[in-house]
This record gives sequence, C-alpha cells and structure tokens, in this order.
Amino acid sequence: MKATAWMGTDSVKVIDVPDPTIMNARDAIVKISTTAICGSDLHLYHGYIPAMRKGDILGHEFMGEVVEVGPQVRNLKPGDRVVVPFPIACGHCSSCQRGLYSVCENSNPNAGIAEKVMGHSPAGIFGYSHLLGGYAGGQAEYARVPFADVGPLKVPDDIPDDQAVTLADVFPTGYMGAEMCDIKPGQVIAVWGAGPVGLLAAVSARLLGAERVIIIDRFPYRLRLAEEHAGAETINYEDVDVLDTLNEMTAGRGPDACIDAVGLEGHHGNAALYAYDRAKQATRTETERPFALREAILACRSGGVVSVIGAYGGLVDKFPMGAFMNRSLIMRTGQCHVQRYTRPLLERIQRGEIDPSFIVSHRLPLRDAPKGYKIFQKKQDDCTKVLLKV
Amino acid sequence: MDRVETVLLPELDGPVPTTLPRALGLLSLALGVGALAVPRSLARLTGVDDSPAAQAVIPAVGARELVHAAGLLGGRRPAGWAWTRVAGDALDLTLLGRAMADRRGERRRRLALTTAAIAGITALDTAVAIGAGRARRARARVIRMEIAVTVNRSPAEAYRFWRDVENLPKFMAHLESVRADDLRRSHWVARGPAGRHIEWDAEIIDDQPNRSLTWRSLPGARVANAGRVRFVPAPGDRGTEVRVQLRYAPPAGALGRAVAKLFGEEPEQQVRDDLRRFKQVLEAGEVVRSEGSPNGISVRQQAMQRPAQPLPTSRR
Repeated sequence: MKATAWMGTDSVKVIDVPDPTIMNARDAIVKISTTAICGSDLHLYHGYIPAMRKGDILGHEFMGEVVEVGPQVRNLKPGDRVVVPFPIACGHCSSCQRGLYSVCENSNPNAGIAEKVMGHSPAGIFGYSHLLGGYAGGQAEYARVPFADVGPLKVPDDIPDDQAVTLADVFPTGYMGAEMCDIKPGQVIAVWGAGPVGLLAAVSARLLGAERVIIIDRFPYRLRLAEEHAGAETINYEDVDVLDTLNEMTAGRGPDACIDAVGLEGHHGNAALYAYDRAKQATRTETERPFALREAILACRSGGVVSVIGAYGGLVDKFPMGAFMNRSLIMRTGQCHVQRYTRPLLERIQRGEIDPSFIVSHRLPLRDAPKGYKIFQKKQDDCTKVLLKV
Repeated sequence: MDRVETVLLPELDGPVPTTLPRALGLLSLALGVGALAVPRSLARLTGVDDSPAAQAVIPAVGARELVHAAGLLGGRRPAGWAWTRVAGDALDLTLLGRAMADRRGERRRRLALTTAAIAGITALDTAVAIGAGRARRARARVIRMEIAVTVNRSPAEAYRFWRDVENLPKFMAHLESVRADDLRRSHWVARGPAGRHIEWDAEIIDDQPNRSLTWRSLPGARVANAGRVRFVPAPGDRGTEVRVQLRYAPPAGALGRAVAKLFGEEPEQQVRDDLRRFKQVLEAGEVVRSEGSPNGISVRQQAMQRPAQPLPTSRR
C-alpha cells in the first residue's frame, strides 16, 4: 500500500510498504477514506519530537471502512464506517476505566523509554514516534487499529467524512480544552492559537456557555474564521500587546480561563524573546517555545483556569511559577481522552449544533501528502487544515 | 511492603558460612595461648629447646596466632582471614626448615613431625580459604530482583493466572515453555545464551491461595533460581499490587557469564518488562504489539526499533 512516511527533518514521502495485518486479537484493519495532517504532525516534521525513525508512517487523524477484524472484536464488522480516536486505549486498565484514555496503562509497548522522559508512560498514539509506541499511522491506504472494540466510533452515512474525521482529534481536543475551563455564565474565555484546535476550542467554549471568547493569533485569515464561526473577538499579537489588550477588554480582570492551543512551537511578537527561546531550543537546552503558556498564565484572572491542550514534549524554561502560585491559578491539561467525547460530539453534529468542517481549507489526494505538509508548515494559501483523500 | 529479606535460596542467599573458618580460629586461639603461656613446653615438643632465639620466636608466633584467631572468630571476610593463616603457615614452615637444617637425632625427629603437622594444617587452611572465597563469589553472582506492578484485577484473578504455571511464558519473555508435572512440580525451558535452551525442574514450596506463591528450582538446575510473588489488594479498590522477588544463581565460568550478560546491566528492567506484559495479559487480554515493537514490550528492543510500518510478509 501507499503510506506517508517520515524521512527526516522537514521531509516526508509517500512510499510503498506492506499492507497491515491483524497482530492482536482485538485489532481491526481499516481501509482509510479520509485522513488529516495535524498541527502536532508538524512538530514531528520539524524534528522536535524525539525517537522518530526514518520510514515511520505518520498520521493520527483518520477514518474509513473496516475491512477485517480480529477474533476478539465483536462490535465491528467489515463494511462498517468508523472514525478512529488518536490515543490507543485498552479500555480495561484503571486509567481507561476512569475515562483517562490518553494515559492508558497498556497501549505503549515502549513505556520504558517514555518513563525515562516523563516519569510514567502515557498511551500509545498512532504515527507519533517510538516514544509513544512505534505504531504505524493513518496517512496511508490502510491502518491496523488496536483495541478496535474500544476506540472506533461507527459513523452514520449522512455524516460526511469532512465532519466525521474531526472526531479523531481536533474537535474532541478543542472541546476538552473548553470543558476543562469549567465555564460559568458570563465568563470570558481567551484562546491562544487559531489553528483547527484553537478554533474548535473557541466554538466549544461558546457551546458550553461562554459570554465572550477572545482568540489570539497572527494570521488574519485564521482570526477571521474565529470571528465568523465562533463569534470570537480577535487579537493579532503582531499588532498589539496581548496582556494590555486583554486587560482592557476585560476591564482589568483578565480572562476567566485561558486555553493554550499552541504548544511547543510558539511564536512571539517580540523578536528578542522569540530569539531567546528559539536559540535554547536549537541548542537543546530547552525543548519548547512556551510563549503562549507564559502569556496565558500572566493574563488569566486570579483564581482562574489555564487549560493546556497545545502539545508539549519535554522541558520549559522561564515558567512564571510566581504568578501561577501567588494568584491561585489552576492548570488543567492532557492529551485528549478522545474516546470520552466521540459519541456526544457526533450527536452535537447530528443535531446541527456545530459543523466542525469549517476548519478544513485543503483537500488533497494522499499522494500529495508532502505538498500538504509544506503548505501547512508555511501557512500558504490560507491553510488551516489539510485533509488527504485516499 | 514488608522489608523482611526473604531467604529464597538458603544455600546462597544468606551470609557466607563461617563454621570451618571459626574452627580454624579456635585452633589459632589454642596455639596462640599455648605459645604465650608455656613457650618452653612448646619448644621442647617441637625440638627447638636448644635455641635461645626460639624463646623469642615462639611467643611472637603465638601473638600472630591470636591475630588470626581474632579475625577468624570475628566472622567477617572469612576467606581473607583464612589466607592470612596460610601465609602464617608458610612462615612457620620456613622457620621449621631452617631449624631442621642444623639438628640431628631426637630434635630433628620432633621437628620433622611438627613440619608434617603444619603442612597438614596448611592444606586445611588453603582448602578453607579457597572454599570461603568460592562461596563469597557465588553469592556475589546471585542476581536479586524485587519489582512490583499494580494490576486492575482482583488478587484471586491474578493469583489464579500465576498459579497455572503454564501461563508464565505468556509474559516472561525468557521462558519458552513451562509444563506442570503435577500440582507442585513443573519443568521449565528457557531461552539461553546463543540460542541454546536451559531446562530445569522446579517446585512450589509455599502456596497461599490468593495471597502468595513461592517456588524454587530443584537440585540439579544449572542456574539455581527461586521466586516469590505476593498478591496484595491495592488501596482504594484499584486491583492488586503484584510484588515479585526473584533470585538467580548463575554458576562460575562461561555459562554464568552468559547468563549475567543475558540479564544485562539492569536485570530488574527485564522483570519489569515481564510484569508489564503480565498486566497487559490480565487487563487487555494479551501482550500488546506495535509495528515498531512487534514482539511487545521490551526495553532491550527499544533501542533497536524497526520503522513504524507493517511487517513484511516474511516476518509475520
């Protein structure tokens, strides 16, 4: 089959690889119809996530048709149309049973290395480095889906791929980011990053009753999407000082909750500050560029929530712990426990409460995956989300 | 967990035996006291009562014997102290040889008898020193591991799975098979160094249903080993804390070196991997595989990951 493989920093290729087969009794093989490039795939593309190997198949957002199931999979049959959550979760460990699917205790066969870096191991993730399992990803014609009796969600025929594929990651992730804010009537929510996750976090904050949503980015076309689809107010951090503007907009209180939907490859309006972290990252004395996180902490109203859904991989410098501690802030975070959200969010789509496909800007054939990575990386052609059609 | 050190391999887990070294210590004590208390009688007995120098040398030898005695009766480093006796013996034999060279008749006969007695004691000292050294090295080779994992199953379920010893190869990577011969005895086949097999028989020596199991290899195993697993309810209704203690006693020589190499620098890591697989089998139904780690969890293999893409047909 054809598959999108990581070939080194800033290099992906569509290559021929063997077709996947059932390796565990709870596996299913899915013939992929639509798969997406995620912002976090760009972290891999840029070489910021360790433990990648040349030839690794990328992709953790995908959906398609079940073509084969292992002997222990009784809830699916060939022909079912499914969307697959990006965290691989066994469903039976303590974490899964508490709904913490993205920290499944059994799905990372390389838990030993992850423990050395993170203390304990999170779940395995499709196509997301050997640190997180060494699983082949879904930017391919077929994928093996472990624990298919737990993860995949059957999608009704009347929900198009462009909507359903967002249930693999970006919609649940954005929704969880908003849910962690514990939104009360009248509250103001600020979102750093107007990529697909930030946009869907903004929309979700609205769905969950936020009075106002403010979104911060540097690309006008993305800020426009937030205005149109989330009714958000916008701040372009290249034009104004974010903290001053947020204080002004909230009459000095600060937002009640701040969502970091940026993660480890942030940018900053101040060239000197950007250069400082970029240099530390390049020399590996820091693995992240945490501008959004620092700013979210400083901006947040005292006693408010900082909700972190942007991806981080290692160590952060200049973490404003003084502000965080003295102002009674709360941080909630995590890779999304997608399995918790797929069904309720599908129902919201079915009820017409939201059409998450507004984030999609590009639809390319799988063979054009390298081009998709390039335009997403360079934000060319008003790119927000690239879907690959198989 | 209780911190009581469990003796799983009684002949190898405890301290180096000190019975023979202590006996030598008592011999040193007797000789030392004798040489200091009645040097003249000793000089007569050994045939050197004609030498004024002997009146000085015999108490000196006696004092030295007291040093040996203190060391050997102290019970620490028995091999080292036994070797000091061997060195003392060599000195005594030298002195006796020189004394014999210029004596004739009855005195020479007594010196010859004394020399024969000391030579016999030297052989005994050497044997004890070598034996104690071997015992110390054998203990140093014993690989001891204590690892625990929390499994989201009841103690009864975890115990039941482990008690069926034929299940062990499902999560213990180094085992090829275990065959239960009866309720207590079983035959184990492990993957050894260089693709060879190591086989042994084992028996369950303590069985407390739903609480713990203790087993050890039967005499004749090339790598003596023993283990205990305890199943403790995890607080907060979180299943079972599975706590494992293992002992392996590799022999000296090539096999021992190969076994040590097989376990590597972090022997606990492999047992930790085994317990992760145990958890996977009990909770998720089987060992979880990925394209990069097609044989499931193994820290050793993590350094040699294959690319995360489906396996070629030949490797399935």
